Amino acid sequence: MTTEPSYAGRRKERIDALAAHSFDETAGVSLIVSAWRRLRRDPVFLFGLGITVVFIVLAVISPWIAPHDPAAAPLLDKVRPQTNPVPGPEPGFPLGADDRGRDLLSRLLVGSRQTLVVGVFATIFGLIGGLFLGILAGSFGGAVDSVVMRIVDVMLSVPSLLLAFTIAALAPRPSQTTLIIAIAIIQVPIFARLLRGSMLGQRSSDHVLAARALGVKKSAIVFRHVLPNSMGPVIVQATLVLAIAIIDAAALSFLGLGSPDDRQPEWGQMLGRSQEFIYDHPHLAVYPALCIITVALGFTLMGESMREALDPKTRR
Amino acid sequence: MSATIRTSVGRPPSHGPLLSVEDLRVTFTRHGEEPFKAVDGVSFDVHPGQTVGLVGESGCGKSVTSLAIMGLLPKRGNHVEGTATYEGVDLLGLSDKEMRDRRGRDIAMIFQDPLSSLNPVVPIGVQVTEVMERHRGMSRKDAMPHARDLLERVGIPDPNARLKNYPHQLSGGMRQRALIAMALACQPRLLIADEPTTALDVTIQAQILALLKELVQDTGTALIMITHDLGVVAGLCDEVNVLYAGRIVERGDRHRLFARPRHPYTHGLLSSIPRLDSPRGEKLNPITGSVSDNLPWTSACAFAPRCSHAQEDCRVQTPPWEWENDGRGLRCHHPVEAEEVGRG
Repeated sequence: MTTEPSYAGRRKERIDALAAHSFDETAGVSLIVSAWRRLRRDPVFLFGLGITVVFIVLAVISPWIAPHDPAAAPLLDKVRPQTNPVPGPEPGFPLGADDRGRDLLSRLLVGSRQTLVVGVFATIFGLIGGLFLGILAGSFGGAVDSVVMRIVDVMLSVPSLLLAFTIAALAPRPSQTTLIIAIAIIQVPIFARLLRGSMLGQRSSDHVLAARALGVKKSAIVFRHVLPNSMGPVIVQATLVLAIAIIDAAALSFLGLGSPDDRQPEWGQMLGRSQEFIYDHPHLAVYPALCIITVALGFTLMGESMREALDPKTRR
Repeated sequence: MSATIRTSVGRPPSHGPLLSVEDLRVTFTRHGEEPFKAVDGVSFDVHPGQTVGLVGESGCGKSVTSLAIMGLLPKRGNHVEGTATYEGVDLLGLSDKEMRDRRGRDIAMIFQDPLSSLNPVVPIGVQVTEVMERHRGMSRKDAMPHARDLLERVGIPDPNARLKNYPHQLSGGMRQRALIAMALACQPRLLIADEPTTALDVTIQAQILALLKELVQDTGTALIMITHDLGVVAGLCDEVNVLYAGRIVERGDRHRLFARPRHPYTHGLLSSIPRLDSPRGEKLNPITGSVSDNLPWTSACAFAPRCSHAQEDCRVQTPPWEWENDGRGLRCHHPVEAEEVGRG
């Protein structure tokens, strides 16, 4: 109907191109082995991995290494709404405090936990939903495939962040959980389409034909022969989705669609609150923004170099 | 019913054939394209313990024939006609489920490319036991010792360690042996080997062929050998069917066929093989042209445009199938005469 590829059309093409990467994976495990050999020497991957590992470690141990309680306000008496709304750095408080006298460094450290939780859970739930729909479409084919894929296409045709806003705004009370659900839902169609494409490629592969020639049952064909070999692009995509989920979560909480409780720090929320002071005290916005960008960059670099390493076309 | 009568006319068997393929036709229909007859009326019998060769160049329909018998052709775009009677049951008339129960148990198949025919993420042992779990109702634990014995039987050294290996950890020859083990796991009475040595290097080819020959002799399994390689046929097959453009053009006992090919295509195939004992400097005699030159079988001999013996009638009249008195069959208006064969 449209002459040039629509927004949804472009997204579909991109996902299908990713799924196609698994088609010529004739070498199977040896492909993964050779991919790992390349990744081990890839500075981009190692850099991304480094950022990711540091972030995860900090998120896990942050309650014990944070110098202050992120909810307490030890510098509250230094806050002067008219002259000095944001207390600057001083001994024991290297980054200063926010507008409520809470230690900024501690809030940034502990805030990494929320980011990690949102990223990981949104990706896991999105993956589960996508796997379910993808397996349904990829193993039954025919009418089931058509119905599932049309639903997926409709979801893909709405810009993902807009869809996430809508879902998060539909919740009666915004919270961290609604945020996770909203971001998980927008990942479902991407995973579903990716897995289906990858499974279709596997279904016509030689080893599936060989298994069918031995009379292997349909369920075993799907779960033992097709699915495990189709997971490569899905797993790579999951790494990239982690980065997207972190950015989207920050965007949603920046707009106030996340948890309203600011005793539990969250980078997007901190960024949102810093707007009032952005001209006089830009560091309040810069620190959480830098954190978000760095972590998202780490996951993206890791995911992109994994995808490149697993792509048989770039293999030497 | 008429099928059985025709068979008994062609070959009076003392005991019935294990598999009798009668007038098998496979038509590919693609949307907006002319239907293409990939297999155009193929009939042959396989007796218990017999090794039958299907020989021909790429695109002659030999693999499609085997996939059709196995019921492995995709439903969409393929139309299969004819019968393939296995122990009195027409395989082509069975439901998907019934056919699935027979595949791997009664008939098994070995494929061309041993690397891509194994599941890359599942250990060899699990892949071998899977067949036994499926058809013999064994648990994986009970089936493992059998899998070990099978691997040993097909000549895989250190079978206990190999059971735990993944396909990429095995060499090409080992992988093909593992695939043969999987095919033999339920002692099928018929084995179809679709170019089992094409993807292997020459020394391994010889080993795999020797193994197949030995297994066929020991177990009494009948074998359909699909190949383009006449060397494979010469070493293994009792009876040879030469396919051209979806039809059998010549059939005969291996020794007679090689000693005295009657069809110009068979003759051409044989004289296009380089020979160590041919005089120095002698040129090879390739068959000229390609399959794209073929005429339709309906009103001509498909091979006529490439045939050195072709005459006027070859282009206007379909050559009929004729049995010769020594049990050979031929589809040709102007067969090669005995005195021409010596050369080449």
